[in-house]
Amino acid sequence: MTLARRPMLRGGLSLGALTLLAGCDLSDHDSVQRVLARFSQWNDKVQAAIFGQNRLAPTFPDAMAVKDFRYNAWYGPEKAPRLNPADYRLQLAGRIDNKRPWTIDELYALPQVSQVTRHVCVEGWSMIGKWSGTPLRTFLERIGADTTARYVGFECADGYYEGIDMPTALHPQTLMAFRLSDEILPTKYGYPFKIRIPTKLGFKNPKFVTAIYVTDQQPRGYWTDRGYNWFSGI
Amino acid sequence: MTPIHDQQLHPLSRRILHWVMALSILIMIGSGWRIYNASPIFDFVQFPEWATLGGDVEAALARHGDPGVASAIAWHFAAMWTLVIAYVLFLLWGIVTGHFRRDYLPVGPRTVTRDMIAALRFRLEHRLGEYNAVQKAAYWGALAAVAVMILSGIAIWKPVQTYPLELLFGGFQGARVVHFLVMAGIVFFLLIHVGLTLLVPRTLLAMVVGRATELRHTETSEKVR
Repeated sequence: MTLARRPMLRGGLSLGALTLLAGCDLSDHDSVQRVLARFSQWNDKVQAAIFGQNRLAPTFPDAMAVKDFRYNAWYGPEKAPRLNPADYRLQLAGRIDNKRPWTIDELYALPQVSQVTRHVCVEGWSMIGKWSGTPLRTFLERIGADTTARYVGFECADGYYEGIDMPTALHPQTLMAFRLSDEILPTKYGYPFKIRIPTKLGFKNPKFVTAIYVTDQQPRGYWTDRGYNWFSGI
Repeated sequence: MTPIHDQQLHPLSRRILHWVMALSILIMIGSGWRIYNASPIFDFVQFPEWATLGGDVEAALARHGDPGVASAIAWHFAAMWTLVIAYVLFLLWGIVTGHFRRDYLPVGPRTVTRDMIAALRFRLEHRLGEYNAVQKAAYWGALAAVAVMILSGIAIWKPVQTYPLELLFGGFQGARVVHFLVMAGIVFFLLIHVGLTLLVPRTLLAMVVGRATELRHTETSEKVR
């Protein structure tokens, strides 16, 4: 009898442990968060290692590009910042030779390419869109950025901030996207341009970019500061 | 009248790998449900928040406008490592030591059907140390399910770096659907697995302390049979 009851007791205990696990307490413990952060940093390394600098994200026929692209931000589209094209200047900082600010006209005059690629959100949904703009690599070369630096960071007009590793910044499909569905990027999608990176999750694609900097210090990211994985490659 | 005992032995290595996989799978299910809720595949399937893993949602929202998905993803992508490592070691260990050959085989449709019918009539007795055909099939099924989960998981995690892999599942969305459905299969397996363990608690004892015995019969009772 006692023998039969002991495992039941054990079973009961492990069920209790499970409830604790599923409940609110455990995840929010500092020590647990620290362990999870360690795993996340390890995952950054793994992702950087398996990232193929010349491996292209799948591209799709134009017809598959969604016209009414999903709006996604922590604020409503009516609150999206409206940047005045007359005042706008793209600021450059860090390890860049020529830090002269850029106007929208100058940016839009850069050589451009188009791509129909898939945007994958960290939440799980995905959507194919058509983006056009200048490869970030072309721009970095044009401004004399030190491409041996480790990171490229972005500051945005809506308070957003992001940063990516240099191999991703130099990837041929990483664009300064000026157009969505062949039209100048509408305000809510990030006018005057967004960084479009088909090899990263959606939140690594900052909009309303107002400053670009090149650095060896890993830039923070808006959602990374809120617990999401930094590299977030796909 | 020599007493004969049935005996279930689980060496330490098997027990450790079993429990690491068990805990990892529970973490992956709990956090997976929270991640699923952020963008449900089926409108009619949403998991209750209390059953999901990833901390206090309201606190996370208040603190940084994140619906607790960040922690869920952190759990998911931490437990994937412990699961994959334990799973691969379990496979290697099962093959090398002959555990699979000895205890998971032979198994075939005929014996599975026979034992399934017996089980549904509550006439399938459990002998410690010996798996019935349904049990063997279920263990193979669980092992296969975890393999599909790992592959579909990689297809979802790295749809660019492993691009052709998602085609195996009918595209990115297909991989999500497979990941979801096989999760449901694993949850079903766990319910049966744990339920049956509670019916024969000594099997749990064996998986915890490594050994459980049960007086099976005496020589006289054997003759009666």
